[in-house]
Amino acid sequence: MIKKRMLSATLILALAVSSLAGCGKSSSSKGSGETLTVLNYGKYMDESVIKQFEEETGITIKYEEYESPEEMYTKYKAGSIDYDVICSSEYMVEKLINEGEVLSMDYESMDNYKNLDPSILEMASSYDKDHNYSVPYFYGTLGLLYNKTELDAETVSTWDCLWDPTYEDEIIMENSVRDTFAPALIDLGYSLNETNEDHLNEALEILKKQKKDKIVYGYYVDETADAMIGEEALIALCYSGEAAVAMDENENLAYSVPKEGSNLWIDSWFVPKSCTNQTNALKFLNFLCKEDIAQKNFEYVEYASPITSVVENQDSEVKENEAINPSKETISRCEIYTALSDEEAALYTKLWQELLSD
Amino acid sequence: MNKFKQQFLAGPYLIWIIGFIILPMIMIVGYAFSGSDGNLTLEYITSIANETNRKALGLSLELGIICTLICLIIAYPLAMILNSMQIKNQGLVVFVFMLPMWMNFMLRILAWKLLLSKNGVINTILIGLGLSKINIINTPVAVVLGMVYDFLPFMLMPIYNSMTRIRKDWIEAARDLGAGSITIFFKIILPLTVSGIISGIVMVFVPSLTSFAISQVLGGGHVLLIGNVIEQDFMQGMQWNAGSGLSFVLMIFVIASMALVNSFDKEGEGTAIW
Repeated sequence: MIKKRMLSATLILALAVSSLAGCGKSSSSKGSGETLTVLNYGKYMDESVIKQFEEETGITIKYEEYESPEEMYTKYKAGSIDYDVICSSEYMVEKLINEGEVLSMDYESMDNYKNLDPSILEMASSYDKDHNYSVPYFYGTLGLLYNKTELDAETVSTWDCLWDPTYEDEIIMENSVRDTFAPALIDLGYSLNETNEDHLNEALEILKKQKKDKIVYGYYVDETADAMIGEEALIALCYSGEAAVAMDENENLAYSVPKEGSNLWIDSWFVPKSCTNQTNALKFLNFLCKEDIAQKNFEYVEYASPITSVVENQDSEVKENEAINPSKETISRCEIYTALSDEEAALYTKLWQELLSD
Repeated sequence: MNKFKQQFLAGPYLIWIIGFIILPMIMIVGYAFSGSDGNLTLEYITSIANETNRKALGLSLELGIICTLICLIIAYPLAMILNSMQIKNQGLVVFVFMLPMWMNFMLRILAWKLLLSKNGVINTILIGLGLSKINIINTPVAVVLGMVYDFLPFMLMPIYNSMTRIRKDWIEAARDLGAGSITIFFKIILPLTVSGIISGIVMVFVPSLTSFAISQVLGGGHVLLIGNVIEQDFMQGMQWNAGSGLSFVLMIFVIASMALVNSFDKEGEGTAIW
């Protein structure tokens, strides 16, 4: 029996060591020996920002990255590492708030909190009702990236172009259930957060027909930008930030958020229950809201920043680029995803697989 | 003392087997037979029978069988040619065939995507030659092509190995006794390479049945294999129970197909390679 326990102890030790070994990115700090474990999307923060924070505060940052919100959820729930502060998509933040996994924040201690655009905070209330739990980091929209040499802006100003059989084999959809269902739901006049099975089935029929008419070239995620740069398709459903990257590479591309409305996404920071030092976590979030730091991160990531001064400092070309900064008018047409319950998520997955296997 | 030493040496393997093979298996089975509320249920096992999963499994079996057959048809003559080549360094030729395997398989599949895509290398050349484009990217054809390309060495090696074991004097003896080439092939070469063929079939069929990455990249969401369904259950839908249930059913299919194939291998040599 003891032998068995020894074995499992060794095993756990080995796992813990190997998972910790992966995050030795930060430089050694000369200071207090305090550490802060940060979990963020991949390629979502300028490394010099981390260094600067370590130099200014003496806190060593253990920086970890992940690819998808679901992966983050699994990592966090596994509980092998005590994360102090995490950044994720709004629906995942909401899910964790609902599960009671998020600690409320003391914004009083964050003197840079005032730098945040109040209208974005207003939008954020859809997932963080009383502004207790989160700090927005970047935001953007879901829209259509299109080839403007072949299509005029009029055509892509409505989602209807996605169902038009003249674009045979020319449209790229998102390989994720909610984003691909969004245009169909909007066209039917339903909410993006529809959970009524009959309404979702109506949307499924539209998407099945779109597939049957051979309009869809592929259901892509990371490949969308590359395929559009290579002009393999005329229209792609994609996120604004991704569209901006593609537009930098190929000047024939443009981005449009159709008039019927779309999805607005906000990636936010929160302090999970596993946090061991809340003061330091807030210090870090406060640091991220500092104007020059937010500017640095914006230049690295190139998504819309919720820090007012960052937008003000941009030249007009960037400021008016819808693929980077959605206008107030665009935002007013958009809706934020809300978290799905386990049953609702299962229903979405079922419909999604039905579409793909059709 | 000696015994202790032996046990000590086996320690790392024991930890490996328990921690990374047996425990995960138990967890998969545990998830497969329980609902999200923790109660015992067969719901996720029987979900293989619903239309989506049945279609996906059917397509996986179909593409797996096609891929295995193509690999066999390509690899068998190739192994014979390699074996009969009159060059000194046969190993070098085999090495050339194995070389691509040393590159990451995802990288090779991504390369195929670039080659096959609408404005890709192959289509650019075809248009340059005044021919019409081929549009096979994001179709099952592209997926089978990718699978064959990736798994061919797994078919070639066991067949080639079993062929090198056939001694030349057996063939000569057969000729002395008046056997023609066809007789020699069917009476000597084929029976003696059955074990290699069976190893090859298992080593190609099993990964092609369970693959999800190749169909993801070359199928562009148009080819949903059972592996993709499972991957989505875990990564997108967060339905670990459903994913585990399907994994468990798939495991049964794999074991059944291996048992079926192995029943043809009467000498039991087929297991030598894996």
